[in-house]
Amino acid sequence: MPEFAVPFHWRNFRKRYSLIGSRCPVCGRYFYPERHICPVCKRTVKIEEVMFSGKGKVFTYTVVRVPPEGFKIYAPYIVAIIELEEGAKITGQVVDCDPGEIKIGMPVEAVFRKIRSEHESGIVLYGTKFKPAK
Amino acid sequence: MMDFSKLKPARDVAIVGIGSTEFGEHWNKSLRELAGEAGSKALHDAKIDPEEIQLLVGGNMSGGMFVGQEHGAGLFADYLGINPKPSMRTEAACASGSVAARVGFMAVASGMYDVVAVGGAEKMTDVSGETATSVLAGAMDQENEAFHGLTFPGVYAFLANRHMHEYGTTREQIAMIPVKNHKNGSLNPIAHFKNKITVADVLGSALVSDPLRLLDCSPISDGAASIIMVPAEKAKDYSDNPIYIRASAQASDSLTVHDRRDITTLDATVWAAKEAYQRSGLTPKDINFAEVHDCFSINELIAYEDLGFAKKGEGGKLIESGDVEIGGRIPINTSGGLKAKGHPVGATGIAQLYELVEQLRGEAGKRQVDNARYGLAHNVGGSGATVVVHILSNER
Ligand SMILES: [Zn+2]
Repeated sequence: MPEFAVPFHWRNFRKRYSLIGSRCPVCGRYFYPERHICPVCKRTVKIEEVMFSGKGKVFTYTVVRVPPEGFKIYAPYIVAIIELEEGAKITGQVVDCDPGEIKIGMPVEAVFRKIRSEHESGIVLYGTKFKPAK
Repeated sequence: MMDFSKLKPARDVAIVGIGSTEFGEHWNKSLRELAGEAGSKALHDAKIDPEEIQLLVGGNMSGGMFVGQEHGAGLFADYLGINPKPSMRTEAACASGSVAARVGFMAVASGMYDVVAVGGAEKMTDVSGETATSVLAGAMDQENEAFHGLTFPGVYAFLANRHMHEYGTTREQIAMIPVKNHKNGSLNPIAHFKNKITVADVLGSALVSDPLRLLDCSPISDGAASIIMVPAEKAKDYSDNPIYIRASAQASDSLTVHDRRDITTLDATVWAAKEAYQRSGLTPKDINFAEVHDCFSINELIAYEDLGFAKKGEGGKLIESGDVEIGGRIPINTSGGLKAKGHPVGATGIAQLYELVEQLRGEAGKRQVDNARYGLAHNVGGSGATVVVHILSNER
């Protein structure tokens, strides 16, 4: 990937630093990330912004052992699709969990963590990961 | 869901020429040489001169990232002697080639052009494996998937774990798919891999993204393929054995996998297949053989179900039955598939049509399917945001 200018990351800080999503006022479904149009109803209505609790369950998962650029030092690491308690799904890493322990249905909660560093420029990227819930 | 059976193209379209490079690691050939070789072979096969071509449509996923070359269609049109006729590039990740074929089909079917060359090419081995993984990850949601370190094997591992969880599909069943495809690839002179493997080899290969292992994954390959299309009513002027495009269908789904209705299904495959069956008036039972998108083993198993060759959840039983072997009820990936034939992403969709044409002409040698009449090609872009399905026949 190219080395992007700072605004590429800066404009996403609000979304990366909190779990902001959307709720469709017609069908009541929740979505992550934000959307302008509900992909189910497909109606021209004003979508509501919501903040997710960060609690959910592992819907499916994998353990990445052959990582892309920037993730070498973290491998092997778990990436999962989490079904949030509001109903929306989200993709993220599951940390503080042994790769042998991860299971579909496992309760997890969101944590704020470093994701990786960007190339030589040294921008440190943060975002949401998940850890097993107590 | 709309009814496609009432939408008739203005004209039927036939394929009168095919060409392909061998797939593999071509350290001595550039992107332009690969495209030139495939295009030139297709022109020879159709016995036409480049000046007869009226339009060039070329599929290429990421010439810019793999070899620093954008605007490939402009380069290839010049290289193939097609200038000053128009050229264009299509991009839909690993379905770039099929989308090119579909644009070419629509150009001929509409009456806009009579003689169209379509092709696909990708040169992937000039960058490191790590860089290639990152370039391919560009076809997923950058901010919401790739940002978190997800890879393409990871996406399909999501599907595999969930399919095993919901339907009891076993790791051994999934491993039988690359075994079959390597067996078929061993019979294909242009395949990247011609070695046979066993279920034990698959299950003993290195984990890439649990539960998927190295031998579940299609390779990083170089290659190009091309086909020439003309109106069906003029096909006999060019070829003694023209092959007819009975349906060209395409559907879209969310790029982000976590937004899908059902993670064990590619809805875009279901929709594109439904369109293809409606347009052709055929059903899954009518299809004699198929090339399906086995970028990862699990995706072929899911395609059995989504294309209607097996009931939902029973893809594992179909591979166990032997019905999908050459000589079986519905041979799948007689070419060796993406796994053994190779997966130069932009070329793959055209390469699938190339195999269909060889089979329907009766020129597939040791891979030949008996009484091949209807062949289906299924090409997936990325993790399933784009799916293209074509049905070809040797009968108009
Ligand atoms: Zn809605």
